[in-house]
Amino acid sequence: MGVRGFGQTPGAAFEQAALAMTAVVTDPAGVEPRQAVVVECEAPDAELLLAEWLNALVYEMATRRMLFGRFAVRIEGNRLHGEAWGERIDPARHHPAVEVKGATYTSLLVAPVPDGWIAQTVVDV
Amino acid sequence: MDPALFTQRTANEWEIAPQGPMRVPAVIFGSEALIRAMDQKVYEQAVNVAALPGIVKASYAMPDAHWGYGFPIGGVAAFDPDAGGVVSAGGVGFDISCGVRCLHTGLTRADVMPVQEKLAGELFSRIPAGVGSTGAISLDDDEMDAMLGGGARWAVGRGWGVAADLERIEEHGQMAGAVPGSVSGHAKRRQREEMGTLGSGNHYLEVQEVTAIYDEAIARAYGLERGAIVVMIHCGSRGLGHQIGTEFLKRMAMAAGQHGIALPDRELACAPIDSAVGQEYLGAMRAGINCALANRQILTHLVRQVFADVLPQAQLPLLYDVSHNTCKVEEHRIGGELRRLYVHRKGATRAFGPGHPELPAELRDAGQPVLIGGSMGTGSYVLAGTRASESLAFSSACHGAGRTMSRHKASRTWGGRQVVDQLAARGILVRSPSLRGIAEEAPDAYKDVTAVVDSADAAGLARKVARLEPLVCIKG
Repeated sequence: MGVRGFGQTPGAAFEQAALAMTAVVTDPAGVEPRQAVVVECEAPDAELLLAEWLNALVYEMATRRMLFGRFAVRIEGNRLHGEAWGERIDPARHHPAVEVKGATYTSLLVAPVPDGWIAQTVVDV
Repeated sequence: MDPALFTQRTANEWEIAPQGPMRVPAVIFGSEALIRAMDQKVYEQAVNVAALPGIVKASYAMPDAHWGYGFPIGGVAAFDPDAGGVVSAGGVGFDISCGVRCLHTGLTRADVMPVQEKLAGELFSRIPAGVGSTGAISLDDDEMDAMLGGGARWAVGRGWGVAADLERIEEHGQMAGAVPGSVSGHAKRRQREEMGTLGSGNHYLEVQEVTAIYDEAIARAYGLERGAIVVMIHCGSRGLGHQIGTEFLKRMAMAAGQHGIALPDRELACAPIDSAVGQEYLGAMRAGINCALANRQILTHLVRQVFADVLPQAQLPLLYDVSHNTCKVEEHRIGGELRRLYVHRKGATRAFGPGHPELPAELRDAGQPVLIGGSMGTGSYVLAGTRASESLAFSSACHGAGRTMSRHKASRTWGGRQVVDQLAARGILVRSPSLRGIAEEAPDAYKDVTAVVDSADAAGLARKVARLEPLVCIKG
């Protein structure tokens, strides 16, 4: 499944890409922001950093049994500081369609576009 | 894809001659109709794989091939360590050792139909399935390492199965060379509560009826007859395998330059077999294979418990267990010379032919069972490995139907309830925690598995033995 985020900054585009990844699993609007989880990661370039960010979220989703519906990202050089707000999975309410195994490098792109930035990749489900 | 891009070798075999950086040809198996319907990306990816260092003979794609990550899904490639060969995390896939297991039951349709609803309900309530589900078994650090080293043999030792199961599993239930210490803490943490879980997506557990036999002699050797009921389980190494794939994809991508490997696509990330990261991956990946074998073994135990309660007359010995996302060291004859190769099968099934010493004695004359999962409404197949497959594609065959429609489009096209009702009207009971998940897995979102299997049979990759149709489907 392809996920693509647009934003005024790379960080904002990363936030939207994370939201798109949640949409692969469930409707993000149905995820209550009850708990915040902090994610830190780094990578040698912006594209690998996007994959790292999404993979860090996949790990948090899997081990905490959580879904996230709101994100905040700050990028400084090769480092990313992120926060994700969400709640524990409730199958009856979230109807999660599929779990994300990991973010791949397929169609991986972080680049400026006329109105800001694009951040995209394909996640394996 | 346009068939004009290929040199047609046979009705079901199409070759791309080496060009540019390709070291060997690329060969795609499939009928002309399957080739025409195949994603153009399969061509590009098969060509890219043919350019990797140390590749032997050809880069292959099976009749169910589709666009994967780096390697095509349905891809087979063998590498020689003595010729600078590589191992690739993307060539194995994220779900290490995802595979299919088939159990006999000794039952017939007449036994099952009166309790079909009850059986579906009990399987659904006792087999953990779907996003966020957890198993009843939680492993501490020592047990986690024991599981990663022991595979299904570990599970049987803990009481989840019988010794006879092990002979019906590739590698006799335990992948040698696993190094639990090469598996990260993150990967182990991700697995801690996922032992004995089915997962989600295209993973399933089905109660199926044998509705057709195509080769009576091999079917007899496999213990299959028309009207018999079997159970098929499709799942893999769960979160542990996914995390291993994620971590080594990155490490291999970042180290490729140091190894002098130019990657046309980062997803082709690989490392020389003899390199430190290559060896570490192999140890971790083999531990991932053991995790998948242990997981399917625990699920088998749960299935047996359900049948003992609902249909106590049932006996559920294992027909066979195949893995279709692996890299294994195998001996293959190349130009008269026996060579030890690292064979990647990503969405492809090992299909050893009759007489292969790896096969259990009672199956050796028939060849390896090749278990092909279809979509939940269409059917599955049992094939048998052929002698010809050795020279065709390192004894490999297809693994399933392959999608023709994206999940997004499928969920826009069908409703989950609609799919459940339509299948129920055909006598197929589907149980899943997610109606959206069912819509995304709708039968028509997949290729025609029969066309794929017929093509594999016609190409000589494997011989068609039996068709199985679902009566109960538990989807994750």
